[in-house]
Amino acid sequence: MKLILIVLSAIFVNNYVAVQFLGICPFLGVSKKVDTAIGMGMAVTFVMAIASAVTWVIQEFILNTLHLEYLQTISFILVIAALVQFVEMFLQKASPALYQALGVYLPLITTNCAVLGVAITNIDRGYNIIESIVNGTGGALGFTLAIVLFAGIRERLELANIPKCLEGFPIALISASMMALTFLGFQGLITL
Amino acid sequence: MDFKSIITAALSIGILGAALGAILAFASKIFHVEKDERIALVQECLPGANCGGCGQPGCGGAAEAIVKGTAPVNVCPVGGAEVAAKIAAIMGVEAVEGAKQVAFVACQGCREVAKDKFNYYGAKDCQEAAAVMGGEKACEYGCLGYGSCVKACKFGAIKVNEKGIAEVDPEKCTGCGACIAACPKGVVKFVTYGKAVKIACNSKDKGKNVKVNCEVGCISCNACVKNCPFEAITMVNNLPVIDYDKCRECLVCVSKCKPGVIVSSIERRKFTIKEENCIGCGLCAKNCPQEAISGEKKEPHVIDQEKCIGCGICFDKCKKDAIIKS
Repeated sequence: MKLILIVLSAIFVNNYVAVQFLGICPFLGVSKKVDTAIGMGMAVTFVMAIASAVTWVIQEFILNTLHLEYLQTISFILVIAALVQFVEMFLQKASPALYQALGVYLPLITTNCAVLGVAITNIDRGYNIIESIVNGTGGALGFTLAIVLFAGIRERLELANIPKCLEGFPIALISASMMALTFLGFQGLITL
Repeated sequence: MDFKSIITAALSIGILGAALGAILAFASKIFHVEKDERIALVQECLPGANCGGCGQPGCGGAAEAIVKGTAPVNVCPVGGAEVAAKIAAIMGVEAVEGAKQVAFVACQGCREVAKDKFNYYGAKDCQEAAAVMGGEKACEYGCLGYGSCVKACKFGAIKVNEKGIAEVDPEKCTGCGACIAACPKGVVKFVTYGKAVKIACNSKDKGKNVKVNCEVGCISCNACVKNCPFEAITMVNNLPVIDYDKCRECLVCVSKCKPGVIVSSIERRKFTIKEENCIGCGLCAKNCPQEAISGEKKEPHVIDQEKCIGCGICFDKCKKDAIIKS
């Protein structure tokens, strides 16, 4: 039951993009087309699930035992960056098809702060390893949902008559903020 | 000062970093994928616009396909013969030269001459407009002029002109075909680069129906087919088709076409004979399809400008450079 609540909370109530404003860079950068948005979402899901597990292990067995909790951020960045590199190399060898689909997006995730955000939230909330992975996957699904919805909006915006001064990024930011407002509607649905 | 904690922190992060670095270095060895070095070389030759005109996913995909042998060396329509030659040198094969193809908008039906069937106030986009009963133009084959092709062009070779019809600059056009794919009306077509005479109408309707909708539409009157001295024009689906192997660019069809569907980028050429060079061999007179050249044997010949259509056959046949083109 708790796991289901964690997933729903990560997707809707505490959506990493729309509510916590993490991972905005790929959210704005790769949301011009629905296809690429789905590719990015899948890559993020993949990396977030693995990163949640790995960072939990690092925190539990290295940082906590050595009393180096204050080095959390820097070591997580190090681990996530290395992990993404490793996954990219592994995919290229093991599954060229998956690499073709995700390859372009993987390097972009190295610097996605939503991944780091998920890792730190997991520790702050005191999740165990299963809950961490579930939270990571849920958070990434929430990211995918937000970026795909936003890409759909932007595809429509391409065709709309927009005042000259708002064309391009200004209107994208305005619509992103409105979409974030709608996500606030889920607030209070679940309390963890 | 507690140096111990500083050293622990520095060491643990250092070791973590070193361990990760070692894992990555090791992984890059284990998971090393053999890549043909020619792929990178070929990709360097390609234009890098990732236009997809070759049908491959971007220039990287094209380079891979070329090296694999699944695509020919001249697969890139953008780079043309120059790039094909470079790639052929890398691959060690001969490049086959093909005629360069450029896009051409086969429509002149601007707002003044082509009727609308309703007022369209929707999104300024060809696809959207075409979804509403095929767009507001009464002619269902014509250019809508909302510029979907302009957006698709990565090379800035298309613009919508002041009359509201898309227009291709053949010099900038690379023949990638992106505009052709973007046009919902299929009014953008490939034509061979450098050919002067083109058919600027896309209507496959019968003559009567065309005439009601558009003043500059082909009414399939066959005047061009009948008058072409070289039988280079045939009627297919109520539209003339030019066989560029036969066409001499004499522009007879252009002058005979009443609605002005056949357009030319050049003026009618005139030929005259330079008397001092002409030896009176009669080769030009023999080959002239209009019998416009006359003269006694071994005497300088004369071209009758009334009869001459400017096909230039005599110019090609003359061995003494006695015929001057103007």
